[in-house]
Amino acid sequence: MKLITLAKTVILIVALSVSFQVIADRTLLNVSYDPTREFYQEYNKAFIKDWKEKTGEDVQIQQSHGGAGKQARAVIDGLEADVLTLALSYDIDQIAAKTGKLDKSWQKRLPNNSAPYTSTIVFLVRKGNPKGVTDWTDLVKEGVAVITPNPKTSGGARYNYLAAWAFAEKKYGNKEAAKDFVKKLYKNVPILDSGARGSTTTFVQRGIGDVLLAWENEAFLAVNQLGPDQFDIIVPQTSILAETPVTVLDKVAEKSGTRDLAEAYLNHLYSPVGQKLAAKYYYRPFKPEFADPKDLARFPKLERVSVDEIFGGWEKAQATHFADGGTFDEIYAPQ
Amino acid sequence: MKITAAAHAHKPLSLSDPDGFKYLLITLTLAIIGLFLVLPLATVLTEAFAKGWLTYRDSLTHPDTLAAIRLTLLTALITVPLTTMFGVCAAWAIARFEFSGKNVLLTLIDLPFSVSPVIAGLIYVLVFGAQGWFGTWLSDHDIKIIFAVPGIILATLFVTFPFVARELIPLLQEIGHEEEEAALSLGAGSWKMFFKITLPNIKWGLLYGVLLCNARAMGEFGAVSVVSGHIRGLTNTLPLHVEVTYNEYDFVGSFAGASLLAGLAVVTLVIKTFLEWRQAQDLKSARVASE
Repeated sequence: MKLITLAKTVILIVALSVSFQVIADRTLLNVSYDPTREFYQEYNKAFIKDWKEKTGEDVQIQQSHGGAGKQARAVIDGLEADVLTLALSYDIDQIAAKTGKLDKSWQKRLPNNSAPYTSTIVFLVRKGNPKGVTDWTDLVKEGVAVITPNPKTSGGARYNYLAAWAFAEKKYGNKEAAKDFVKKLYKNVPILDSGARGSTTTFVQRGIGDVLLAWENEAFLAVNQLGPDQFDIIVPQTSILAETPVTVLDKVAEKSGTRDLAEAYLNHLYSPVGQKLAAKYYYRPFKPEFADPKDLARFPKLERVSVDEIFGGWEKAQATHFADGGTFDEIYAPQ
Repeated sequence: MKITAAAHAHKPLSLSDPDGFKYLLITLTLAIIGLFLVLPLATVLTEAFAKGWLTYRDSLTHPDTLAAIRLTLLTALITVPLTTMFGVCAAWAIARFEFSGKNVLLTLIDLPFSVSPVIAGLIYVLVFGAQGWFGTWLSDHDIKIIFAVPGIILATLFVTFPFVARELIPLLQEIGHEEEEAALSLGAGSWKMFFKITLPNIKWGLLYGVLLCNARAMGEFGAVSVVSGHIRGLTNTLPLHVEVTYNEYDFVGSFAGASLLAGLAVVTLVIKTFLEWRQAQDLKSARVASE
């Protein structure tokens, strides 16, 4: 008897949860990387309101966050994202190549290489900068512990690595010296977390390390959320131009009938509202004229070199540096 | 034997424990438990209530938290009955019948105990993921397993598989089958024998196994994390929700979720103690009766 009642309950619950999904509004799944959490929380609200005003339709936006490489891997394994807002184009290229769910030329579909906002890599240090860190050269000094995530799983970590390399190659003029520099830098890394947010938590919450190599927006956010009296942001003279692209995952959007919604969602990122919010959450907007000048004033001036310029594009950078047996595997030995 | 044990127990303390070793050990154990169990538990509660009762309540009634609680309950509601049924069948077969390959079966039942939960999640990704064995077929038929609720349930099933069986096998062996044989010889059928004789004998052990199984089903992190896809409000179970909110600097939200899990642990512990006591009582009276 009891078993039958139990079975009935289970069937009822399953039926209910299934039927909920059927009658619910159209939903969009945005698969993103770690530091965009706060930005998309507010942006989604703004978009839902805007869409309701324009079309009268109620929609829901679901979010998934994690290390960029890990998220791309999940999409390849079948996570049904309608839109991707990832940290670097290489991960989306991989999704295109491995699943065929979007065209290889995806990056040409939206302005600015499909990056509605960009970012860069800066240093977060403890208040008063006790180790006197001012530029990249200080990171290879003895006794300076640097926190950065694992470039195999994290997009931000790959930018960190490439930023250091780009700096060294420009300064010392050749690749050998750059390799040597990066090797010394990773000798100072005690922990490799799997994502940017994990590294921030390691540095900020657990108090490990002297310098955190961080997304600019992540550094600002950490300072604001967890106490301006605890950390300082140090801006190196040169860093990397981090293009963080967005795109529709065509096959999924078509299957779930959300293409129009997905496109509108991404286009809205380029609108005054989207650009303003991006700047508010410390992303450098593609069209600064839409942003609040007060927000723009927070971005320090620095030279940003692009991955294309120094490394000949992501495909090459990935193959040379981060693939199995690549330069990163050569220079990094866990301690 | 019994006499020596009794005499031993009545020996003056000063003879058996000249250096107060007993107190040293007790103090040490208490200190370690305090440091590694009670203190962290207290931290969870302090952090959860750091911004007051109202914030705590708001965190727990946030739609994403409620969705996580619902998913956790649903997962337990489906996996626990299934592992219970499996556990009873497997334990019955192993304790009551002789067949070739019995040891292999025993080892297989133990497999989830020895495999890291991450592997448990990954195997399902490899089998049911888009690039996996059945990936194309599943997506052609529009069936979602990985990064959806079925995947979470499968992963939980994997890690909770052995709990009930492992609890029942030694119990069934200890009870023996005299009573069952008596029932059979008096004309009872197999089902009647099971419900009238076996089930009453193993009920405390069975509940004990179900309880542990439930605690694990609700608390599992690793395996579920791999197959979840981390979609807020949809595929985050309570343990995953704790991690997500922690990563979002929402410490009250995170520890509020953690306090629920801690509460579950405490309740589990209390019921567990009760069940252990009842089971011991039953076994004792059974032994007295057979003597």
